[in-house]
Amino acid sequence: MKQKTGASLKAGFPIFIGYVPAAVAFGILAKGCDITLLECFLFSAVVFAGASQFIALNLLVTGMGPGGIVLTTLLVNFRHFLMSASLSTRLGHLPKRYLFPMAFGITDEVFSVLSFTKGELSKTHVFLVELCAYSAWVGGSVAGFILGGFLPEILSKSMGVALYALLLAILLPEVKASGRALILAISSGVLNTWLVHLDILPKGWTIIVCILIVASIGSFFMTWEKEEELL
Amino acid sequence: MKTLIPLILGMAAVTYVPRLIPLLFIGNRKIPQRMDGFLKCIPLAALGALIIPGAFQATPDLPAAAVAGMGFTIVYGLFRGGIIVPVLGSVAVTYCVLLANI
Repeated sequence: MKQKTGASLKAGFPIFIGYVPAAVAFGILAKGCDITLLECFLFSAVVFAGASQFIALNLLVTGMGPGGIVLTTLLVNFRHFLMSASLSTRLGHLPKRYLFPMAFGITDEVFSVLSFTKGELSKTHVFLVELCAYSAWVGGSVAGFILGGFLPEILSKSMGVALYALLLAILLPEVKASGRALILAISSGVLNTWLVHLDILPKGWTIIVCILIVASIGSFFMTWEKEEELL
Repeated sequence: MKTLIPLILGMAAVTYVPRLIPLLFIGNRKIPQRMDGFLKCIPLAALGALIIPGAFQATPDLPAAAVAGMGFTIVYGLFRGGIIVPVLGSVAVTYCVLLANI
């Protein structure tokens, strides 16, 4: 079963909707940090990683040097290594040359949408979903930089919930269908809350630790259930 | 301020490489069942940690506003499903709560 173009755009559109406000917020913030429109555009166009771009702006303002910012970016974005590893099991049928551009677009939200897409992932589907995300992110950043000042403050503040709502809406059908999914997701969230509260790990690593621990426990139950079925 | 372009390229490299390596090296390889289970559990574990506790701090001045927005997403998402309405609706609800509490 392959995904049709219409279905791909339908899967990507919610990311578009979620990214525009977040990207506009990035553009506004970038302008406030005194960086040029070209640099704002390049941040979104060649880095393409939401949270780490915001963090980079913060660090720039505090005066951190480029080495520290790049290292922080590596740490913050390293979770995508795990996400790519998870997706790779469903992309193995594609020729390698497609994987190079494809890897560029694996953000949290693209990963989430693709992970819960049923059937074999076609290259067109993956690229279209990524294109929806990318166009929203780059377009929104530039629009925010240019037009940002015109947005009422309360509106731009409330747009901060869009990405969380997007992830939550992707998660809901899964937890509705399976109690195990609910338990995995909630325990990961609880663990993350605790780790964030402890404040001993660098930004981004609480999520990595949560993924490693919760997915390990989850895999244990999965294999255990399979063995039960075999008995 | 001097140009940020070298910084941006550095950030791009350290973001791209971890996204690429697993795609290139896991691919079609046979992986043990336990590892496969682990990789399959990653999406749920990631979503849980990406949402909680961040969602509660999405509107730092008034966390209740974001919580109300998420509440809408949960209720609508569970009963009607879809993604676009839950997302836009959560922004609208959050906006209203923030507006009502100026």
